[in-house]
Amino acid sequence: MNEPVLSVRDLTVEFVTRRGTLRAIDAISFDIAPGEVLGVVGESGAGKSLTGTAVIGLLEPPGRIAGGEIRLSGRRIDDLPPGEMRRLRGKRIGMVFQDPLTSLNPLFRVGDQLVETIMTHLPVTKEEARKRAIDLLAEVGIPAPERRIDGWPHEFSGGMRQRVVLALALCAEPDLVIADEPTTALDVSVQAQIIALLKRLCRERGTAVMLITHDMGVIAETADRVAVMYAGRIVEIGPVREVVKNPQHPYAKGLMGSIPSLEESRERLLQIEGSMPRLAAIPKGCAFHPRCPHAFARCHVEKPVLLESGAGRVACWLYDGDTVARAETAA
Amino acid sequence: MLAFILRRLMQSVLVLLSVALIAFAMFRFVGDPVNQLVSLDTPAEQVRQIRESLGLDDPVIVQFLRYVANAAQMEFGISYQFRQPVTTLLAERAPATLELAFVSALFSLLVGIPMGVYTALRRDGVLARVFQAVSLVGVSLPTFLIGILLIYLFAVTLGWLPSFGRGETVKISGSWSTGLLTWSGLKALVLPAVTLGLFQMTLIMRLVRAEMLEVLRTDYIKFARARGLSTRAVHFGHALKNTLVPVITIAGLQLGSIIAFAIITETVFQWPGMGVLFLKAVQNVDIPIMAAYLVMISALFVVINLAVDLLYAMVDPRLRATLKGA
Amino acid sequence: MTVSAAPAPAAATPVKPASLLTRMRDSDIWHSFRSSPLTMLAAFVVLALALAALFAPVLAIMNPFDPAQVFLMDANIPPRWSEGGDERFIFGTDDQGRDLYSAILYGMRVSLMIGLGGVFLAATIGITLGLVAGYVGGRTDAIIMRVADVQLTFPAILVALLIDGVVHALLKGIPREQTVFGVLILSIGLSFWVQYARTIRGSTLVEKNKDYVQAARLVGMSTPVIMLRHILPNVIGPVLVILTINIGLAIITEATLSFLGVGLPATQPSLGTLISIGNKYLFSGDWWIVAFPGFTLALFVLAVNLLGDWLRDALNPRLR
Repeated sequence: MNEPVLSVRDLTVEFVTRRGTLRAIDAISFDIAPGEVLGVVGESGAGKSLTGTAVIGLLEPPGRIAGGEIRLSGRRIDDLPPGEMRRLRGKRIGMVFQDPLTSLNPLFRVGDQLVETIMTHLPVTKEEARKRAIDLLAEVGIPAPERRIDGWPHEFSGGMRQRVVLALALCAEPDLVIADEPTTALDVSVQAQIIALLKRLCRERGTAVMLITHDMGVIAETADRVAVMYAGRIVEIGPVREVVKNPQHPYAKGLMGSIPSLEESRERLLQIEGSMPRLAAIPKGCAFHPRCPHAFARCHVEKPVLLESGAGRVACWLYDGDTVARAETAA
Repeated sequence: MLAFILRRLMQSVLVLLSVALIAFAMFRFVGDPVNQLVSLDTPAEQVRQIRESLGLDDPVIVQFLRYVANAAQMEFGISYQFRQPVTTLLAERAPATLELAFVSALFSLLVGIPMGVYTALRRDGVLARVFQAVSLVGVSLPTFLIGILLIYLFAVTLGWLPSFGRGETVKISGSWSTGLLTWSGLKALVLPAVTLGLFQMTLIMRLVRAEMLEVLRTDYIKFARARGLSTRAVHFGHALKNTLVPVITIAGLQLGSIIAFAIITETVFQWPGMGVLFLKAVQNVDIPIMAAYLVMISALFVVINLAVDLLYAMVDPRLRATLKGA
Repeated sequence: MTVSAAPAPAAATPVKPASLLTRMRDSDIWHSFRSSPLTMLAAFVVLALALAALFAPVLAIMNPFDPAQVFLMDANIPPRWSEGGDERFIFGTDDQGRDLYSAILYGMRVSLMIGLGGVFLAATIGITLGLVAGYVGGRTDAIIMRVADVQLTFPAILVALLIDGVVHALLKGIPREQTVFGVLILSIGLSFWVQYARTIRGSTLVEKNKDYVQAARLVGMSTPVIMLRHILPNVIGPVLVILTINIGLAIITEATLSFLGVGLPATQPSLGTLISIGNKYLFSGDWWIVAFPGFTLALFVLAVNLLGDWLRDALNPRLR
């Protein structure tokens, strides 16, 4: 396997508040290979979006990277000076936000926002940038782009605006696109189109994607690999088929159990009791243990590390060799 | 667009009419206008004639319509104190007030907007904190106290600038004499203009700051950053434009009120403008002047409001779209 | 590790109904108050000046309103520490021979009384009209809000001046000394009501469609009871901020009117009157007659505005 586009090691993000320091992301590590789509799932507040924001260097105080490193094609980027980091944004890493209705500046024409972005990153004249902008709009499926390029954002529908946002994220041919819940704010009928478009555009360009969503359906359809996050940690990461079909971590099992399936008809959908802890009250040991049906003594005291298990890795003591051995001896 | 302007004009006319009604009510019912024009030994016959010549025996509605018709022709009756037409009195003093107001408005915008932007962008900077503190003091000090302070500092102690009057003025046309063309006129303008503009300046600064902070939190600014636009482009290209749109409205209204606030500044600096005239009218219950001033100020506000609405529509494409649709 | 230090979920401990005092102590507002030294200083200044005004008769060395205690030969004496100062008068005296320190205490009393009176009148009018406009709606609403719109085109100081002029013209027979208090409060009250009315109307429009109001209506409660007992408590919050900021504005307005010579006469001086008197003597070098009342006024208004600013931020956490 060649060098990953994105490589995150032990990334830790903290918020300094008056009630103390809150750890929102706790030493997570993952890679994204060129052209690969990594899905990141979890409940809201699990730290998915924050991971994306940290990678692109847009954390706002009081949030800060408190440890670990982020590498883009092998080069470390989390400690870059702001000016250099800015030049990476949009050029090497593109980003798509959740709500297309608020992502575009209402006072600027769609074309001007595209031309501005293109000219920031590429050595082209204004005419060339405009031509490129029209091509991009055509590529993302905006009808009559020569005319629409001079339109205002409010003249576009939600789906059309998200297409414009995709064009903006891709206009400098980045190596990686971070798509943060790109379809959540859209009509259900439009969601599939946008996901399909994102998938096609990135495949054609060989762009890697970090797809952040809480929609397991979207992940199952789109991603190559998937990372499941819980309370600021990755609890399971692996090939999408494996994780969806045969989840290892008790939380992931619950999460996958909540996808309705056509083939198998279960009596009822699985449901996880309780809710994710607040940042200020993350329990000691495994953060999931209060809700976990399989929790045992070790889970209350020791934070699980990611352990190899099957095709992926899982952060659960159930899969630790020692535990398994001990359990077998006891049995 | 035309429909929008027409609707706005209709509203403006309505506002003006209601103000005229108040002015008329003051004029007609607060202190009998005749008693102000005659003395105790005026023969009854003459009083009756005056009543008749003023039309005070006509039905009230007729009198009101006449008042409005006269007001539309800038005819507001005779001042009780000066025995002169109110219009003449106001016209003589209007240039002084308008020049003062214009210069202070300019001052408050040119200083207030950059200070607001600066304090929003450098929230935690030392200078930004100083600006914030100064602005708070600025809104807490009454205008007249600021004027007195400036006079004591720059006129009494340092002797750099005059403490009262307009300095030398030059007649440029008809009744308009300007102080903007002579050195002493400009020097005389500095302290009053700063005094009058300071309050508006701090308001504009605080407004721009709050609005800019709000805009900097929006998704489109986050997205603009995520696209790698330079900080400069994000702040001064995107954020500033979105900040100024709502600021236009409030700044417009604020600038309108400068003329009314001029009453205080003019008193402190003995500036020969309309404000001093109005104040004298209040003290001496010179109703025709009070009424005329009221109508004039509201007319001015209406004009400013219309201008602001049009400007707003020019800047914001969303509004323009709804207007076209309407 | 910092996170795990937090105590275990409190579900196990029995929930005691917190007393009002505990609730206040644990509230965010109290915390933000305690963590802002400037705000605490402002609160202290406001409290100290208000108490000084309240106990003016005890603290002052003379009653400046009583002609029998004032001697013209004591006029224009500089502060005690400067050349020509007098042991008796710490801040010097004004042109009538009144002790400035005492005059400031009494003047502040007057300023505060009129300021507070004006603001409460404004709030009462504004809240009532806002509630009625929002709840009743229709033509009543239209009329009230149009009046508000028209008035809003004029700065408060102009409205106050006009009302002052008109009312004094209507009360021509009565000596000014007897009416001036009431007229000032009325002028300020009628100049500042619009903001309250608009705010209250806005939130009333939202509240009136909520279920609890519908329920109250179904049970057959009368309109005034619904408005006062059910809607008012839910819409009163933002009014507190306006109220605080308006106290500063009202005191400035009173001072301005008195400075302009349409407010309190020199025989019953407020802070504004004192400054106005002092302004006449500024050029002859008698700076103290302006300086001490001016400083007191500015200090008080600044402290009130600081409190208002803090309150606004504390109630609206979006503004960090």
